[in-house]
Amino acid sequence: MDVNAAPFFTAQGLCKSFFGVQVLHDMAFSLRPGQVLGLVGENGSGKSTTMNIVGGVLPMDAGRMTIDGAEYRPRSPGEAEARGIAFIHQELNLFRNLSVAENLFIAGFPKLIKGLPFIDRAKVRARTQELLAAVDLDVAPNTPVSRLSQGERQLVEIAKALGANARIMIFDEPTTSLTTRETDRLFDIIGRLQRQGIAIIYISHILGDVMRLCDDIVVLRDGHLVGSAAKADMTIEKMITLMVGRTIDQMFPPRDPPVTLGGPVLEVRGLSQRGMVKDINLSLRAGEVLGISGLMGAGRSELARILFGMDPFESGEVSIGGTKVAALSPAACMDHGMAFLTEDRRAEGLMMEASIADNVALASLPKFGTTWARFIERTRLGDEVTRVSKAVQINARDLQRTLVKNLSGGNQQKAVIGKWLLHHPRVFILDEPTRGIDVGAKYEVYKIVNQLAAGGAGVLFISSEIEELTGMCDRILVMAHGEIRAEFPRTDFDREAILRAAMWHGLKESA
Amino acid sequence: MAPSGAAELARPRRSLAVRLLVSEYLVLALTAVYFVVMWLLVPAIATADTLLDILAAMMPLLVVSIGQTFVLIVAGIDLAAPSILAAASVVGASMMTGEGGFALFTGVPILVGIIAFLGMGLFIGLLNGICTTRLNMPPFIVTLSTMMFFSGFALFYTSALTDDGSSFGDLPSAFVAIGQGTVHGVPYSLGVAAVVMLVAHVTLSRTVFGQWLYAIGRNPRAAAISGVPVKRAVMWAFIISGLCGGVASILYTGRLETGTPVLGQRILLDIVGAAVIGGVSLFGGKGRVTWTLYGVLFLSVVDKGLQLLGLDLASVFAIKGLVILCAAVLDAVRHRLMLRG
Repeated sequence: MDVNAAPFFTAQGLCKSFFGVQVLHDMAFSLRPGQVLGLVGENGSGKSTTMNIVGGVLPMDAGRMTIDGAEYRPRSPGEAEARGIAFIHQELNLFRNLSVAENLFIAGFPKLIKGLPFIDRAKVRARTQELLAAVDLDVAPNTPVSRLSQGERQLVEIAKALGANARIMIFDEPTTSLTTRETDRLFDIIGRLQRQGIAIIYISHILGDVMRLCDDIVVLRDGHLVGSAAKADMTIEKMITLMVGRTIDQMFPPRDPPVTLGGPVLEVRGLSQRGMVKDINLSLRAGEVLGISGLMGAGRSELARILFGMDPFESGEVSIGGTKVAALSPAACMDHGMAFLTEDRRAEGLMMEASIADNVALASLPKFGTTWARFIERTRLGDEVTRVSKAVQINARDLQRTLVKNLSGGNQQKAVIGKWLLHHPRVFILDEPTRGIDVGAKYEVYKIVNQLAAGGAGVLFISSEIEELTGMCDRILVMAHGEIRAEFPRTDFDREAILRAAMWHGLKESA
Repeated sequence: MAPSGAAELARPRRSLAVRLLVSEYLVLALTAVYFVVMWLLVPAIATADTLLDILAAMMPLLVVSIGQTFVLIVAGIDLAAPSILAAASVVGASMMTGEGGFALFTGVPILVGIIAFLGMGLFIGLLNGICTTRLNMPPFIVTLSTMMFFSGFALFYTSALTDDGSSFGDLPSAFVAIGQGTVHGVPYSLGVAAVVMLVAHVTLSRTVFGQWLYAIGRNPRAAAISGVPVKRAVMWAFIISGLCGGVASILYTGRLETGTPVLGQRILLDIVGAAVIGGVSLFGGKGRVTWTLYGVLFLSVVDKGLQLLGLDLASVFAIKGLVILCAAVLDAVRHRLMLRG
């Protein structure tokens, strides 16, 4: 690697907004041939957005990128690939039913005769063997990808990128599903790519790996570039401090923690499900806001889904409102006063093509249809829907006519919350309740959470934003690898300690 | 945050043509236009007899299409409807006639016959419902296979039990009256269909169950998370479709005076087509009993008009296809207009 080589790729002033929320501000970096650039930051800090812009998945709102001094503004992943940029995805993009060779050449097979659609099988075979040798993968070209391990599939992706003459390879959390041996092999290959002059962008939560592999490290927080340094000037401690950043005051409505909490409204004992969660014990009391922190894939949403009866569990017991519930299902949980706001409001929370009123009413319909044929008492239902919609301040003129698909993200989220408030929950599980909504709407959601707790409900607040949890919760549990790793009472809130606990696995690996 | 309600009020008033195009009465208007054009060509279409004939002929189709509407609303499809008509027709008829006559000994063969009609519908609907909800099979495949199986079953049943091997004749006159009789000039079948329509309409628009069906069609995952018993409700949609098929089969069989295994052979597209032309969505979550009524009315008037023109069967099919295609194009245009709205 030639440290003095000039950068061939530059990016300056990259900006991106989603639904009016700016998620990336003035991102800038450059790459030299053979350089490994580490990109770190919390969930939602803008890493993936940056890489999606570079990889042609998302268009940038503002900014400029160049390759060899020429303007680079990809309109599709295909165009990015043609310009020499390859994306090795977290969830690999291979066709499992096809062979290794077919996957390598899926974008364009060599032909026997130019212009005719006959594949030159011999050439495909020879070239595949060549590419597989370059990544040290010893399998036959006609092996179906479904027979390969995760690590081997990743090597096939790298071989594919080599076949496409990639000059920049982007690795997004490449080691999450690899064994230690596979990880070592991957790092060897990355070293080899580097010596061939290929530039690497390496995204990972495992800070030890980042320190070991990368020449330079860029730290992102809330869409801002907050630090950029050569490895020699960076430490793991410094990365964490940069990732967490300073306090942003006045983002959260004032909350007087209740002097005395009520009895437990949700108790979980020894809850386990293989590959999801392991030995979860927690107790949520009336009037309490209990936060759950953790990295993506730590098992937070999985826990919530099990608690609401959407996914099965192998062992453990759950009591809601003091009653042990043996067979969890959404209907059973709702009968015991539980409500669940899922992380994906479009796919699971709302009927996008239906009115606000229909959406708000959905979970409580049986309460308004108690006669023999379950006729709905429309006047009473309409009044209640209006009352709840006012309480959560849904901003729309006509609840009966306005379709939720025409609402802003914040108002949509309030419609989901309204749906559950109409059901009068005693336990409310909120999974990323402020994802993708603007700051003003966030504040209103926080106020609703506070009111709920003040009214005696227990709230389980799952969030990827530590700031949000420390601002809102009475207590925070930290999950990693499906387990609860740490517990912090409000008096001990420390963002660095929370993040450290969430990254427990990463720190252990680096030790 | 711009409230979308404000945008709705700010929308400029549209021309009459555009407003008609996006209204739910579009199909009704098209029917009227077609009717007037036909009137000019064949004045006979406007006589009281013809009109009554159209009404009486469309009632069985209306009943079976209403059943289909329930399944379409949960984003399913019931292709088995024609086979339900056929299987119920032969099994029900066999209870009452001399050839089968299984229920003659009971002394109330008509009652047993009617129960057999409804029982066949219930059974096939239940089977469809179990396969789709408990075995998670796609409704298209499930009902396609039950359609084939029960069409075959109806033919087999008939050839095994009748002398000529083609149909069950000699139905009791009291039964035939259900399909053909009138009171003060109004066909009984109209009354039966009206009751089915009213019950279906109230069920869909006023009950918890009806609202659940719409929710399932709009977003089954959100419905399940909101405590809707999705599987049970979908099962009931298929059962209702089956029962409606049974009722329609009674009307058809009475009208034809025979239990026949080829009943409803050609009307699958009419059943689904009528609902869709009326505005029921194939993607679920959208539909009304009245819309299905408009669709059935449209198809029936088109049919009768072509018949009166004295066209041969081939031309009738071709023209009917064209008319339905035009209605579909109009629907697409109107959908785009509504999205723009």
